[in-house]
Amino acid sequence: MSRQYETVIGLEVHVELATKTKIFCGCSTEFGGAPNTHTCPVCTGMPGSLPVLNRQVVEYAAAVGLAANCTVNQRCKFDRKNYFYPDNPQNYQISQLYEPICRNGYLEIDTPSGPKKIGIHEIHMEEDAGKLIHDEWEDCSLVDFNRSGVPLIEIVSEPDMRSAEEVIAYLDKLRLIIQYLGASDCKLQEGSMRADVNLSVREAGSETLGTRTEMKNLNSFKAITRAIEGERERQIELLEMGKKVVQETRRWDDNKEASHAMRSKEDAQDYRYFPEPDLPPIVISDEWLSSIRARQPELRTQKLIRYKKEFDIPEYDAQILTSAKKLADLFEATTALCKKPKKVSNWLMVETMRLMKEKGMEAEDLSFSPENLAKLIELTESGTINSSVAKEVFEEIFLKDVDPEAYVEEQGLKTVNDEGALLEVVRKVIEENPKSAADYRGGKEKALGFLVGQTMKAMKGKADPGAVNRMLKEQL
Amino acid sequence: MSLMSLTALELGRKIQNKETSSVEAVKEALTKIRRMDKELNCYVTVEEESALQKAEEADEKIRAGIWKGPLAGVPMAVKDNLCTKGIRTTCSSKMLESFVPAYTAEAVENLERAGAVILGKTNMDEFAMGSTTETSYFGPTKNPWNAEHVPGGSSGGSCGAVAAELCSFALGSDTGGSIRQPSSFCGVTGIKPTYGTVSRYGLIAYGSSLDQIGPVAKDVSDCASILEVIASRDKKDSTSVKRSSYDFTSGLNRGVKGLRIGIPKDYFGEGLNEEVRAHVLGAAHVLEEQGAVLEEFDLSLVEYAIPAYYIIASAEASSNLARFDGVKYGYRTEDYEGLHNMYKKSRSEGFGAEVKRRIMLGSFVLSSGYYDAYYIKALKTKALIKQAFDRAFERYDMILAPAAPSTAPKLSESLQDPIQMYLGDIYTIAVNLAGLPGISVPCGRDQKGLPIGLQLIGDCFQEEKILRAAYAYEQTRAYERCPLAKTELF
Repeated sequence: MSRQYETVIGLEVHVELATKTKIFCGCSTEFGGAPNTHTCPVCTGMPGSLPVLNRQVVEYAAAVGLAANCTVNQRCKFDRKNYFYPDNPQNYQISQLYEPICRNGYLEIDTPSGPKKIGIHEIHMEEDAGKLIHDEWEDCSLVDFNRSGVPLIEIVSEPDMRSAEEVIAYLDKLRLIIQYLGASDCKLQEGSMRADVNLSVREAGSETLGTRTEMKNLNSFKAITRAIEGERERQIELLEMGKKVVQETRRWDDNKEASHAMRSKEDAQDYRYFPEPDLPPIVISDEWLSSIRARQPELRTQKLIRYKKEFDIPEYDAQILTSAKKLADLFEATTALCKKPKKVSNWLMVETMRLMKEKGMEAEDLSFSPENLAKLIELTESGTINSSVAKEVFEEIFLKDVDPEAYVEEQGLKTVNDEGALLEVVRKVIEENPKSAADYRGGKEKALGFLVGQTMKAMKGKADPGAVNRMLKEQL
Repeated sequence: MSLMSLTALELGRKIQNKETSSVEAVKEALTKIRRMDKELNCYVTVEEESALQKAEEADEKIRAGIWKGPLAGVPMAVKDNLCTKGIRTTCSSKMLESFVPAYTAEAVENLERAGAVILGKTNMDEFAMGSTTETSYFGPTKNPWNAEHVPGGSSGGSCGAVAAELCSFALGSDTGGSIRQPSSFCGVTGIKPTYGTVSRYGLIAYGSSLDQIGPVAKDVSDCASILEVIASRDKKDSTSVKRSSYDFTSGLNRGVKGLRIGIPKDYFGEGLNEEVRAHVLGAAHVLEEQGAVLEEFDLSLVEYAIPAYYIIASAEASSNLARFDGVKYGYRTEDYEGLHNMYKKSRSEGFGAEVKRRIMLGSFVLSSGYYDAYYIKALKTKALIKQAFDRAFERYDMILAPAAPSTAPKLSESLQDPIQMYLGDIYTIAVNLAGLPGISVPCGRDQKGLPIGLQLIGDCFQEEKILRAAYAYEQTRAYERCPLAKTELF
């Protein structure tokens, strides 16, 4: 490759909002119900039914917009996007084209060459479609409308990203903001966050944009990274061969690590957008907007500063604790209970991270309660259990959210504080290990470690290591 | 004496007074339908059994003193684009020939709560697209005054049924004149309320921004009372509005003294039938004699209303009717290969010619490259028309006009020339574009004996004024029963 190329990437991110009910009817948004049980005349497109906007959708969309430095259009409208497909019960989707709720925002990401602003062109609200199920046995297709009408926002970035790393940094930032707002759990695997990648390449230094393709079906950050790298190479290869990039939509196949064309621009449908006549314009009054603003929760940057200041947590630790809303929530809730921020931070930073890695879990999957972690910290602080027992108990909390007090009691894990019993064991260990005893007396500090170990073993791990140490020294 | 010759309020009073019963009234209506409707074809579906059962329930509730309203026990007909739970709702289309809704339209439910009894569903132009009730898949409805003529449309079945006394009153819907024009052709009274007054929930949409449900009855008092029952702010319809008043009846007899009535010159020019002009202007003079102040003025923009209407209504219709695809309900073609072939064949076979014409027109004006030239321009025209009315209502309490340029045309005359048919909507369409209320009341008949309608148009939420004027005019003349309705049954 003789020439240098620059990759230009813009993202269209769909996020399913965490409202209890659908965007235009009162049906539940709960995931996983039996097919067509969360449906009504509105979300199945029955004749004569009419949409009624869920206010919470407007609040979430505006909140995400505010957090992403957007201008909130205080008068916005819905439009109909017309296309035929069986998962779309009305054969039009209610979306926003002409006057979306938010415009002109940005997110700042960290790059190796310093902070960089990624522009956000717009955020708009729309409804999700149903789900098609192809029944191979019966040779027919079935439609489940449970997802039909689940609220979505689409966040459209400017083509400001130049690498997969920047894309991931942007997505990470966006996801974190939305999670902190409580607007969505943003799980890529489950589809509550979906990213389409618009990518083009151009010769380095060129001002004009190349022909772009749109990549769909990207279910993880890894898939996004691979797809970006694959598409960049594919386009450069075409250009190097003197061919042209065709403007088209491509589908990523993560198993094959390759994409294939879905439809070209020529096949692109004319969606015949027009203003939705069943919904009056949405007017977001100054009062409403300021109440949304006032309810904006503390976002990561503010939390980071506060953790350092209020809890005296080091920068690195604060970064990790705020890297997922779930972790930050656990940290704050546990600290509120036991008033020992450093201990809480330590449990989350070390043991929690280790187990998450071991089990391949995300922070969102953590299911233990702050109450039980706080109790565990109390148990260690009071010396009721020693630190190695604590680790064992924590694993139980991590996995099954057990009550540590009850668990320690049942399993008989309490540290034995009976000095008399310990003394007897210590004397016995010295007696049975005369060589080690002699070595220690002869100045070999290491020998003490062996004797402590033997004592702990005899005590079945339930002794206080400090007490064992002290007593051994006394007896030697 | 025939119970069906009474107005809805008269019958309701007799039922309350135990002079007769809902069951008696329903039985008589059903007998008349059985005798006459084979010829007239006002009804698509008659629900004999459920009507009698509901009538019995109504009588019980009236006896128990639970239902005391003026419409309790009164039999009604419902246009077949209003969803009725358990009763098939066809929009007079093959597409919905066997469609049975799972819920009832809000306006119908309001009436059922007031004790009115559904006799059946009335014929209409397919999906309310037409001005003659001839585009119905179930065949045309005939004008009870003269069976060689159309009843008008699209609410021709409802208006015909009221005129022929096959019900006490009916519900219609009006997107471009579909209540007022057939009311005029059938010699009955119909009102199209201010947009947003009656919930559209359960009305199978044609042009969502123009559609409005309204009553059709023998006189103004009936219409006012029915409107009082069906009007509501409905949370299920985001375009329905909370009105400051839902009282349409108490001011009826306050007279027209001092009311300023504007007569748009542009509505009395070329294309207006001479007999219609004479009768409508005659009605205007009657109002003047009663103390109203008449003044001619130029409304302007009249010639733009029809193109703007057909662009907006067709655009909305092309999208509204997309849901009829053979996937979830309604007609699905017998043989097909694959999804797109199923869509294509189901829709080609399920929709009639006029519906397809409007879907194509609507799809065209929304296509990229044409959207600005047609749809946006039509919306701007709509806004200008509203402004023209706003200016008029600064000077007048109401506007007086014909409901249609002629009396009812003969069957099959209109469909041959759709443009000519569209032009027939000239006096009604602007009212829908501006969201205004309009009422049509009978004001005489032409030499052939066909009824002529007087239209009164009010400013938004000024139903009270046009009802009052229509009532005052109505008091000066007797209700003319159509000859067919007078034929003895027993």
